[in-house]
Amino acid sequence: MDAIFLQILNGLDKGGAYALIALGLTLVFGTLGVVNFAHGALFMLGAFCAVSLNLLLNLEKVVVDPSQTTPWGTPLEIRTPYLQEWFGDFGTWMIDYSVPLSLLLVIPFMLMVGVAMERGLIKHFYKRTHADQILVTFGLAIVVQEIIKANFGANPIPQAAPDIVAGSMDIGAALGMDPNTIVYPYWRMVYLFFAAVVIGGVFAFLHMTTFGMVVRAGMHDRETVGLMGIDIDRRFTIVFGLAAVVAGMAGAMYTPTLPPDYHMGMDFLVLSFVVVVVGGMGSLGGAVAAGFLLGILQSFASMTEIKSFLPGIDQIIIYLVAVVILLVRPRGLLGQKGVMED
Amino acid sequence: MSMATPKQDMVTMALFTAAVLSAPLWLSPIGANYPDLLQKFAIYGIFAIGFNILFGLTGYLSFGHAAFLGVGSYTAVWSFKLLSMNVIPAVIFGTLLAGLFALAIGYLSLRRSGIYFSILTLAFAQMCYNLAYSVLTPITNGETGLQLDIGDPHVLDSLFGIEYTGLPSTSLFGLQMTGYSGFYFCAVILILAFFLSLRIFRSAFGMKLRAIKSNQTRMMYTGFNTRPYLLTAFVISGMYAGLAGSLLAVTDPLAGAERMQWTASGEVVLMTILGGAGTLIGPLLGVGLIKYFENIFSALNEQTLHEVFAFLPDWIENLTVAIVNPFVGEGWHLMLGVLFMVIVIFLPGGVMEGIRRIADLPRKFRRKAEKRRQEAEHAAALRAAEEEG
Repeated sequence: MDAIFLQILNGLDKGGAYALIALGLTLVFGTLGVVNFAHGALFMLGAFCAVSLNLLLNLEKVVVDPSQTTPWGTPLEIRTPYLQEWFGDFGTWMIDYSVPLSLLLVIPFMLMVGVAMERGLIKHFYKRTHADQILVTFGLAIVVQEIIKANFGANPIPQAAPDIVAGSMDIGAALGMDPNTIVYPYWRMVYLFFAAVVIGGVFAFLHMTTFGMVVRAGMHDRETVGLMGIDIDRRFTIVFGLAAVVAGMAGAMYTPTLPPDYHMGMDFLVLSFVVVVVGGMGSLGGAVAAGFLLGILQSFASMTEIKSFLPGIDQIIIYLVAVVILLVRPRGLLGQKGVMED
Repeated sequence: MSMATPKQDMVTMALFTAAVLSAPLWLSPIGANYPDLLQKFAIYGIFAIGFNILFGLTGYLSFGHAAFLGVGSYTAVWSFKLLSMNVIPAVIFGTLLAGLFALAIGYLSLRRSGIYFSILTLAFAQMCYNLAYSVLTPITNGETGLQLDIGDPHVLDSLFGIEYTGLPSTSLFGLQMTGYSGFYFCAVILILAFFLSLRIFRSAFGMKLRAIKSNQTRMMYTGFNTRPYLLTAFVISGMYAGLAGSLLAVTDPLAGAERMQWTASGEVVLMTILGGAGTLIGPLLGVGLIKYFENIFSALNEQTLHEVFAFLPDWIENLTVAIVNPFVGEGWHLMLGVLFMVIVIFLPGGVMEGIRRIADLPRKFRRKAEKRRQEAEHAAALRAAEEEG
């Protein structure tokens, strides 16, 4: 029982990341009808926003103190981050909270990137085939990835969660089970909460604002909305920016769990496409449900009990689910009838 | 689309054969005449020709063809280990097994079209890749990659009384498959592969595949079952990939799982598109361009760039180097990505379309000149009429 509970918990945070990426992917597909293979690169860009901010906050002032020497006989260098020098405790606090603070950088930056990408590139591909869309965004993903690699190197760069949530919680003990059976890092809980808030925010935005209503109407019947004198293209551009922001935030907040490297986007992209397909192309609820579902399935598949009679299942479970779904119910779990059902 | 006559095809074949066999000669001025690179041209050429039969003719974009390449490689290395160092069985088994894989994967994937087909092939290829890295380690030797061992049985060889001391190398009935002999072996297979693809392009079967690309729904409305044809095309192109994979093992008997990764599938898509999908010779051009420039550019670094641009004034030299430097050496993939985007955006038909456009230029100019002349005449006539009236 507690093993199952543990696996569900383990799957949730990964599922949260899948859900957030898939949400953006399916939003873009539903509105613009574009298959965006560069969406994973946006996730990665977000993660590297967090890395950059961390580097920036940690810029240090080096003071050589000639009166003291290190054990090696060289003059002692005292390194203090500028922030600490300028702001004292508040500076230290900022450095500690660099990952959540990076969201402040991620939101405007990713919005800019998203809008620029849509206006500069994607716009010209509305009428082209899906194959062309896949190819050009695939090319873009390679470009973004290589730029990051050139600037940050090929190795993963670990990021620390704020001290206050750096440890783990013994959930098992709190629920009256044996201690140390279910230990769960605080940061994953934070991530789960964050994912829930973002997903809720996106849904609220789409369902409770006029803007969202217009966007949903446009997803349903773009032409009619256009005929009513609404500039639907501009709204869809903003939706693309929004999807980029969601992906970027998901990436930035995921850095303490998974040290970001330049190809993390590609790794997540393939999986999130699978998530979108399982949930149903263009279905927002489907993407979220499938994201969590597949995250949990994946962590169940990596249990030793299951691996012992189905070796290798943890490696392929997600793809296997996708294959079965595509063959049996191509519109996906919650997809609308007739959407991409060829 | 105008069809070439059989006679023109014979000329094409003859020219192609001559060009491939004499490649070491005419490629030497650009420094591409060493066997390693030539082998790569030939092998990836086969891969791209095969991919083009599926993507170029039917429009079905597979993102999982690298899986077949990998299967071909693994099978070939196992054939070397267990049966014989002779390359013939390795190539045959590699191609056949890849064909079997393609049959299974194609049978399932072709139930869907469009993006779903791409994702299905991608999912299958990723499954192969992940399994090759994890549970199939006894067969694939995991991360290290499958390679020859001193203790390998070589059953067929020992049957014929051939004994090896140390690590054996691959051979064609005693002819070592290294250097130029390796290239010529691949070249002969490339020529055969090209011939087969030419026959497919000209056949009724090829015509049906093109019809599927232009309007599958209409084909089906006329009562035509398209799936067997698609599956045949898929298996053929999978076998081409397996053939290319086993040739990779022939020239270097080592097979690793990274050959099956989806970025490798992306590479063959790129090569085909760059040259011109759906054309006979385009994919080969794409392979040549990419493999050649990969070779040149990935060897450059800042030092060599300064030497290359030394003839420029200093500040222009520094500026040029600063601009070019991110795209060479380690940054070669950046260049590849940019190239990929530029081609898809501006020249979706690839290099072949570019050539066609340039070839059409004189005619276009003539037409424009003709139009201008007519307009001038018209204007003159109008003026004349005005003066009279």
